[in-house]
Amino acid sequence: MATAAITAERESYLNQEYGIKSWLLTTDHKRIALLYLLSITFFFFIGGFFALLIRLELLTPVGDLVQADTYNKLFTMHGQVMIFFFLIPSIPAVLGNFLVPLMIGARDLAFPRINLLSWYLYIIAGILMLHCMLTGGVDTGWTFYTPFSTAFSNTKVIEAGLAIFISGFSSILTGLNFVVTIHRMRAPGMTWDRLPLFIWAHYATSIIQLLGTPVVAVTLVLVVLERAFHLGIFDPTRGGDPLLFQHLFWFYSHPAVYIMILPSMGIVTEIVPCFTRKRIFGYKFVAMSSIGIAVLGFLVWAHHMFVAGISLYAALIFSMLSYLVAVPSAIKVFNWTATMYKGSITFATPMLYAFGFIGLFLMGGLTGLFLSALGIDVHVTDTYFVVAHFHYIMVGGAVMGYLGGMHFWWPKISGRMYPEALGKLAAIIVFLGFNLTFFPQFILGYLGMPRRYWQYPPEFQVLNVLSTAGATILAVGYLLPMVYFLWSMRYGKVAPANPWGASGLEWKTTSPPPTFNFERTPVVDWEAYDYEHIPAPQEVRVGG
Amino acid sequence: MADSPMAVEQHNPALQHHFADMEQQRQASSLGMWLFLATEIMFFGGMFCAYLIYRYWYYPEFAAGSNSLDITLGTVNTAVLICSSLTVVLAVHAAQLGKRQAQVIYLALTLVLGLAFLGVKGIEWTSKFKEHHIPGPSFHFEGAVPGHPDEPVDQRHAQIFFSLYFAMTGMHALHMVIGVGVFSYLLYYAWKGRYTPDYHTPLENSGLYWHFVDIIWIYLFPLLYLIDRKK
Amino acid sequence: MSEYIVSVKTNVAVWLTLLVLTGVTAGIAFIDLGPFNTIVALVIATFKALLVTLIFMHVKYASERLVKVVVISALFFLLLLLGLSLADYTTRLL
Repeated sequence: MATAAITAERESYLNQEYGIKSWLLTTDHKRIALLYLLSITFFFFIGGFFALLIRLELLTPVGDLVQADTYNKLFTMHGQVMIFFFLIPSIPAVLGNFLVPLMIGARDLAFPRINLLSWYLYIIAGILMLHCMLTGGVDTGWTFYTPFSTAFSNTKVIEAGLAIFISGFSSILTGLNFVVTIHRMRAPGMTWDRLPLFIWAHYATSIIQLLGTPVVAVTLVLVVLERAFHLGIFDPTRGGDPLLFQHLFWFYSHPAVYIMILPSMGIVTEIVPCFTRKRIFGYKFVAMSSIGIAVLGFLVWAHHMFVAGISLYAALIFSMLSYLVAVPSAIKVFNWTATMYKGSITFATPMLYAFGFIGLFLMGGLTGLFLSALGIDVHVTDTYFVVAHFHYIMVGGAVMGYLGGMHFWWPKISGRMYPEALGKLAAIIVFLGFNLTFFPQFILGYLGMPRRYWQYPPEFQVLNVLSTAGATILAVGYLLPMVYFLWSMRYGKVAPANPWGASGLEWKTTSPPPTFNFERTPVVDWEAYDYEHIPAPQEVRVGG
Repeated sequence: MADSPMAVEQHNPALQHHFADMEQQRQASSLGMWLFLATEIMFFGGMFCAYLIYRYWYYPEFAAGSNSLDITLGTVNTAVLICSSLTVVLAVHAAQLGKRQAQVIYLALTLVLGLAFLGVKGIEWTSKFKEHHIPGPSFHFEGAVPGHPDEPVDQRHAQIFFSLYFAMTGMHALHMVIGVGVFSYLLYYAWKGRYTPDYHTPLENSGLYWHFVDIIWIYLFPLLYLIDRKK
Repeated sequence: MSEYIVSVKTNVAVWLTLLVLTGVTAGIAFIDLGPFNTIVALVIATFKALLVTLIFMHVKYASERLVKVVVISALFFLLLLLGLSLADYTTRLL
């Protein structure tokens, strides 16, 4: 029954039109999501390649793989590519673009052409960044601190700055599209308190994208102007203040980490109720916690500057505010856990990733509290402790959530099931590889190994070797899904409309959906996550 | 039935088909423009932040630099922009009432005023160039701190003032240029009769953008031109 | 259409007010009010901005509370940037 022939007959957004022009000039949010999927995956592997080189260099205490200057470029490019070209766009531009209209019962986003423009801006930025990397790269660290970036670095700072500026514009337009869509295009009956929490998470993310990105944009403009025209805005020898750069930079870049994590939290909030067959516990709290994270996230930026020279009083204020921002995140963790209590749990691949997320995000988040304490921060700032902290959140958190979401919605996106056994295997490999890579780094940091150093004292070697071993395992874990997702497009089991028995409007249309999403506009008269009324799926069980 | 408002609306050529009706489309575009303006507030806001910090640190040099700007030209330019906001409003008003010719006249006037603003800006910048007030290797500031003729001005601090002056007025001028481009496009389509009482959303939303750029200048004027002008 | 049409008279009145206030701003700058020069100039500028926003940009007449929320939010976050940065700069030498 489940043959490729049947799929080929079903008309969907994938086969409604053929040809490269129908893809490159599409305004269908689902096709744009796939365009983004290809591009961000490409950049993920570029960023991963730099990570691989870093970990290879750090196998030995001496600098013997690359020169010091080259090493500076490696960690800079790894950071810039991963943050601006993978983490920030990934979930919103792939899963958000695909699912937001479907989840609210709309035919497309509010501004389909701006959506396409957003992708093209991302591509232009990406090409500029690639060109920059291929013709010498940047060595300032992804943070571009002045006056090194404006006056001393001999690398392509202007080009990298412009590339990030353009990618920021892409991000702003995505956020703008989502906010207008969510406000204006919900189907009849889809009230705010019936929205999937994935939507609330993307709404909060979009607010951050809209309000934060312009500040880093203008800051990069000022850096480019200073470098090109020898202005003195951030240069102390010309009357400028390097800390002003840091204030303006971190005003965006701290909320940016919430751009990276909130969508992932939204994914977990969709997966957990489905594989527990229970309503989410505390819907209103989870929704408000997303907004809370977005707002509070703007109040804490100078915790990246505790030892940079800000006043002690400012440091105290920012330290206190940083403790506060942990509260809404904790609320989410409590609510996921409470949802699972007395639930009927299925350990399908998406759920494995959700579990991984919850545990690893917890560790990353708690170590963030360590860093908010001024006394501890003085000791571990600019060490591997910080590196481990943010990788736990961004990789252990955001990337695992992303992979969980890709597996959860793959049947909807492609019309095919991925092989469940391989899915579980990859999830376990990723989890083990991740912990082996990054847990040793907490210890290294606490013992005093500085970050961004190309060589280190020999007593740190064992932990570094463990970390590199973990990285290779992690790489395998990431490659596996790429392989079997591609495999599934041709040979995977044909997916029904709702293989997981999940709640949400996206599951009420075919897999894959038709171009205009729904045969007729849905009218919603049921609450979100009404799992007591949705029968569990029979065919997709553990061991699939 | 065929002539009912709903039926007519389904056939409005400007309706994009992912929207249910023209009203939803209009509300979506309007919200979109307001959100974009919110991003612009933050974009200029970053430079206002830099201005605030450095004015706090280098007040004497900021005052000296400000005094070297031409207050007459600054005031005239402020008035020019205010007049252009009026012409924009009157153009939208004309569209609401279905007056095509009035639309065209007011849009053309807006363009003229916008270009006049840019022209005056060009004159101001040229005089700054001649006085060596453009930041860079040939920067040199001759003025004195207002009220303290013996006090020498720190060249580096004065250069910061002018860096911000050019960055802020330059970014503003860039937004004016974009506005002139947008309004040229609007002028063309207004002349072709595209904007009617039923559909003039591009005019409205572009008007919002223009007013915003005006508001930025309303703040730039006192902050840049009027620091410590008392004799 | 639920659109409100602002009368030409109102628009012209706002325009004249804006011009007068511009002149006042420039004129007052030459009078010594000590630290209040800046404050007065900014208050007048804010009043002008409000006139443009409420009347020229139709915010007063727009039925949408959402637009007001958007603008106020942006201003709020801008004030956060300015305020918390100043919290550092004004306390550095204490």
